[in-house]
Amino acid sequence: MSKLPDVLKRREAGILTEWLRELKQSAGLRGLPPNLEETCRAFLVQLAQASRNGNLTDIGKPEWNEMRHLLEELSVSRARQGDTPSETAGFVFSLKQPLFAAIRDEAKNIEEMAGETWMASRLLDSLGLYTTEVHQKGREDIIQRQQAEMMELSTPVVRLWEGILALPLIGTLDSERTQTVMESLLEKIVETGAAIAIIDITGVPTVDTLVAQHLLKTVAAARLMGADCIISGIRPQIAQTIVHLGVGLGDVITKASMADAFSLALKRSGYSLIRHQPENA
Amino acid sequence: MERIPILKMGEFLLVTIQVDMHDRLALALQDDLTQRIVDTSARGVLIDISALDVVDSFIGRTLGNIAAMSRILDAETVVVGMRPAVAITLVELGLPLHGVRTALDVEKGMGLLRKAVAGRRPGDGYRAQ
Repeated sequence: MSKLPDVLKRREAGILTEWLRELKQSAGLRGLPPNLEETCRAFLVQLAQASRNGNLTDIGKPEWNEMRHLLEELSVSRARQGDTPSETAGFVFSLKQPLFAAIRDEAKNIEEMAGETWMASRLLDSLGLYTTEVHQKGREDIIQRQQAEMMELSTPVVRLWEGILALPLIGTLDSERTQTVMESLLEKIVETGAAIAIIDITGVPTVDTLVAQHLLKTVAAARLMGADCIISGIRPQIAQTIVHLGVGLGDVITKASMADAFSLALKRSGYSLIRHQPENA
Repeated sequence: MERIPILKMGEFLLVTIQVDMHDRLALALQDDLTQRIVDTSARGVLIDISALDVVDSFIGRTLGNIAAMSRILDAETVVVGMRPAVAITLVELGLPLHGVRTALDVEKGMGLLRKAVAGRRPGDGYRAQ
């Protein structure tokens, strides 16, 4: 049975003072975070409460729930203030010195001291690492959300004219995005009854064999639905890469600019453009 | 055994697939349709697959074959009403059905067929595409 809860209970005030001094010493340029003392006190209270249940090795157990909750809040608020994960973990680790000192004072013999210190050290390590884990998880959530948002943002299908759709592609085409792009284009073709779709790749940074293959797939799928595709927005460098790589775009109609593609699409749909007044009239 | 009905509309044949295609049905359609084209000397075939929501590689290939056979028998073929999911599946299966005319719906398909047939000189016969 560990004596840690007893030590914490008896020496709480001393540990807290020592710990705060430790934290103040190691505080960086930003200075100490607000309500540091309350946080430290809450942490010690939770530590004493949770360790009273006897389990000092696995912080995943339900008796550590409140402690984990406290650390999650701490990690989130610290991250918001711009602290690095190691600074947050350092907050927990800095408790080691005062806690070990208290254990040393309370221990009856050297074996007991070594055992208790080892236990406390392991416990604080896992608690400190937990804050890092939470920090990381928060980051991952943000990345995932941004990815999903980008996916939504980057696949608009625009109706340019009766029976003419435009699909401005932005960003690199991977298999997953091609799937989304293809689906939204085909859905829109059904919805609007369009006969011509212009795929504009001005915003696609590079076209390699894979991207070309994805483009051709989209074109083939649209053709199966009865719509013709025009690929537009091919920049000079892209044209060069396509030829150098030996990527065949097949018999797909390609145009340098969206304007050219649109005028071709209008012509094919039987429209003609007439300017009624001279430009400088 | 169930069969897919083939309707005659003037010089065109209209095939509407309303049931789930299975392999034998597809082969039966291939037999029936080629027979009907010869019997009626149809100039065009319109296959409506708007009710078809599942295709496999066999059905895809059979559709392509039917179109190629009709062309040899001097009838233009238009496949209409393909669903987005079906189109994606066919492309992923590597069956983009080159050489098959497609249209969004029956009306547009009919227009395409009329134009294609009108553009041909009578007795022109089969041309390699």
